Amino acid sequence: MDKNVIKSTIAARVAKELKDGDVVNLGIGLPTMVPNFLPQDVHVTLHAELGCVGAGPRPAPGEEDYYVVDAGGQPSSCTLGGSFIDSATSFCIIRGGHVDATILGCLECDEEGNMANWIIPGKKCPGMGGAMDLVVGAKKVIVAMEHTAKGSPKILKKCRLPLTAIQCVNLIITEMGVMEVTDKGLVLKEIHPEFTVEQVQEATEAQLIISPDLKPMC
Amino acid sequence: MPKFVSVEEAAAYVKDGMTVMIGGFLGCGNPHHIIDELVKRGVQDLTIISNDSPPTGYGLSKLIDNHQVKRLITSHVGLNPNVAEQMNAGELEVNLTPQGSLAEMVRAGGGGLGGVITPTGLGTLVEEQNPFVHGKITIDGREYLVMKPVHADVALISGHTVDKAGNVWYKGTSRNFCSLMATAADVVICEADHVVETGGIEPENVVTQGIFVDYIVDGGKL
Repeated sequence: MDKNVIKSTIAARVAKELKDGDVVNLGIGLPTMVPNFLPQDVHVTLHAELGCVGAGPRPAPGEEDYYVVDAGGQPSSCTLGGSFIDSATSFCIIRGGHVDATILGCLECDEEGNMANWIIPGKKCPGMGGAMDLVVGAKKVIVAMEHTAKGSPKILKKCRLPLTAIQCVNLIITEMGVMEVTDKGLVLKEIHPEFTVEQVQEATEAQLIISPDLKPMC
Repeated sequence: MPKFVSVEEAAAYVKDGMTVMIGGFLGCGNPHHIIDELVKRGVQDLTIISNDSPPTGYGLSKLIDNHQVKRLITSHVGLNPNVAEQMNAGELEVNLTPQGSLAEMVRAGGGGLGGVITPTGLGTLVEEQNPFVHGKITIDGREYLVMKPVHADVALISGHTVDKAGNVWYKGTSRNFCSLMATAADVVICEADHVVETGGIEPENVVTQGIFVDYIVDGGKL
């Protein structure tokens, strides 16, 4: 699959997880593509952790407001009915369970729902920003990412990198399929028609439980 | 009543070795003129409490780039490679702290609370290594980390509109940590993009009350 196809495949599938009226926080990168795939009758409120409820799209060139940026520091906007808040209120919304879903990428996740996305010791240490609070506080944590990192599995039996949080992931959506974290392990619920179950398992270190109701991912 | 000071006078309140809170998120809400003056003055060995380090050469990152910071208490440093370089050289101590915990630690410091009880960071390096973790507590069967409050010698914030009584109104996403930090330092200095007469901000729209602000710098819109 072409990189762009991979990304839009994942984003389109993630969009189906969102319901009309949901409050959603999007991580940087791929997750920001998700709103483009929402059906017309599904309206979500985007929460941006730096202090916006009802965040809007990036303004057109020349329309930027010096005082309005997104969590990546890039020019942003506020939708009609949206509002600006301080960081404590922002994380009250996050930690207090007022965010219905957070969608973010990660370096590693595992069959227990553990996730790592903020540090590679000795190599890279960007910091956790708001990620630790988001994955602890959001009602649903959706990992949206490419299935492997240049061929090596990112979905492991047990994370090796320092964790962002323990047992926080609910759903993993990749270009290969949709996996749900359950008490028994990772259940493959949907598979992309371009792949076989064997191929998905081969690209996954964790042992997948194949749902008896396995559906095509679309 | 807060006093109007020049940017030079404001920067002079920050002395070598002080703990300084700086409001802002990746530079949005940083008091840019005061920071530039601190760079010019070359004040040393600062402990900075801020949400992040903005991209190299922007906002409070200029203080890091200029090797004026010895300790950084923050949630994200990924956009300024100088942080990692100075950390590896043993020049800069960085205490990475979850953003939501940091916000509440500032609020606790400003609001007279003994700490923050949060599930964030449990089972992670934060629990193992962050110096602000006081311990763990179980309440109604659920485990939490206890985070210590933070307080500073000086807080540097910026406001879009500031009246002569020191009341502050923030525009857009520039409020972030500014309104919290205004409560949590011995001396609070606000860089105003626009100064208006007292009453120029409707009482209902005042976000930071003038009682928190000691000095105002008329920064002029950037």
